[in-house]
Amino acid sequence: MSKSGIFTSSLAKKYWMALTGLFLITFLVGHLLGNMQLITKTGEEGRRAFNEYAYFMGHNIFIKILAYVTYFSILAHACIGLYLAVQNKKARPKNYAYNRPGTNSSTPSRYMAILGTIILVFIVTHMANFWWKQKVAETVPLHYVENTTDMQIGQDPMTGAPVTRKITIKSALTTNGNYLEVAAKDVESGNSQELVKTQDTELIDMNTNLHKAEGVRDLHTVVMNFFGHTEQGGKANDLALVAVILYVISMFVLMFHLWHGFGSAFQSLGLNHRKYNGLIRFVGQAFAIVVPFLFAIIPVVIYLRR
Amino acid sequence: MASKTININLKIWRQKNANSKGSMETYKLDNVSTDSSFLEMLDQLNEQLVNERKEPIAFDHDCREGICGMCSLYINGEAHGPDRAVTTCQLHMRKFKDGETIYVEPWRAKAFPVIKDLVVDRSAFDRIQQAGGFVSVNTSGRTMDANAIPIGKAEADKAFEAATCIGCGACVASCKNASAMLFVSAKVSQLALLPQGQVEAQQRVLNMVKQMDEEGFGNCTNTGACAVECPKEISLENIARMNREYLKAMVSAE
Repeated sequence: MSKSGIFTSSLAKKYWMALTGLFLITFLVGHLLGNMQLITKTGEEGRRAFNEYAYFMGHNIFIKILAYVTYFSILAHACIGLYLAVQNKKARPKNYAYNRPGTNSSTPSRYMAILGTIILVFIVTHMANFWWKQKVAETVPLHYVENTTDMQIGQDPMTGAPVTRKITIKSALTTNGNYLEVAAKDVESGNSQELVKTQDTELIDMNTNLHKAEGVRDLHTVVMNFFGHTEQGGKANDLALVAVILYVISMFVLMFHLWHGFGSAFQSLGLNHRKYNGLIRFVGQAFAIVVPFLFAIIPVVIYLRR
Repeated sequence: MASKTININLKIWRQKNANSKGSMETYKLDNVSTDSSFLEMLDQLNEQLVNERKEPIAFDHDCREGICGMCSLYINGEAHGPDRAVTTCQLHMRKFKDGETIYVEPWRAKAFPVIKDLVVDRSAFDRIQQAGGFVSVNTSGRTMDANAIPIGKAEADKAFEAATCIGCGACVASCKNASAMLFVSAKVSQLALLPQGQVEAQQRVLNMVKQMDEEGFGNCTNTGACAVECPKEISLENIARMNREYLKAMVSAE
């Protein structure tokens, strides 16, 4: 290895920016496909599909490795990017009194650092709202369903007609795909009985104290409530409209960042060829529009369906 | 040919020496022929200043036919002014309107300190060249004829296109990061594309980039402003080629 350094030289930093940027672009595709389930599927089926998907993403070893590469990429992309931006500012201590940069370069290309900083703020709040609750604080409740049925408790001695009471059965979705009854409640008297103890995500038999199953967290409802939806219960966010608007604005910012960033990554890695430049530009700009647009419609649709 | 004249207002950067602060000064110049070049217009202004017993404006110029790379000037917010693929000496006053206010500033970059008025020190480019922008040739008397090695026309043309860089610094001046990537990549490319340049290819790109970084130029963000403002229309392909060359050298040079 020469003294050039794979971290210190200006070109090496650009390689890191390009590689982490391209990885994050592929991450966006996966994240989008997962999130689209929030609006393509509805009702209990949609809720279950999303929560099982979220459980899979949190427990598959291959996905876990990819998650760590993603955290690294976000941090490296942000840190190196900010460092480069500071260096670039220093390279021109005195600005022009009169400058017309619009005559020779595109607007997004000149504001990558500012766009990136806004995206970083978005990522931090986005992770605090969902990722933190699911993975670190573990405050996301389990996925429960409640069914109220008329349960026969005897027969009328005079008429022989069945006597029923309304009983609500609360079941938890488990990681092996079944619903496990965890509590029963008499609707009239309000008396309830726990059938299974829950400890974190663990479902424990009341009598034997043995592990019965593991529950799946209900991230779906957290997301739905966050963007103003209450069909699955929970408390809707009073600031849902603000959250939706900020989310949509962030996706616009992401669009501008990708508009320049996608093609720029190829150039930084030296992948510039007359035969393919047109294709790279087309794919990059199409990606920059389509992906943030699809991300943005998710909270909008959730809000409109509230 | 009917010659037309215009009257213009000029806002020009004046700075006594490298250590003084400097400021934009306003001048009025009448009867400027639209056929005169921008530098001839400055000559006319300097004549006026000398007649008024004022200090003339210092600016760089040499061949005045677009090939030496001496003339610089950031005119109306663009390197070498609003025209494309020209140096300031090839920019004509017919590109400006009667009564227009024209801003004239020196190249702005940490690596190009102002010496006086519109003159900047571009020796950073020389030091980058000295770091590796050459091929070592044995001159003991048994020098090989350069044309003895056959080179494909397409490759030769690409090398020549890169070699047309006159080192004026418009790329640095135009870049929002004051990056010298287009210049350095042209100098790397003109040799990397030819067989004579292969021998020292790896060390060349490593040393030239190292020197570029040490001079305090900014980093490339691929805005493409440099290639648009370059008087010799050096292509961004050269920057990509340098990125490839550097990547290869970084991972394999000993």
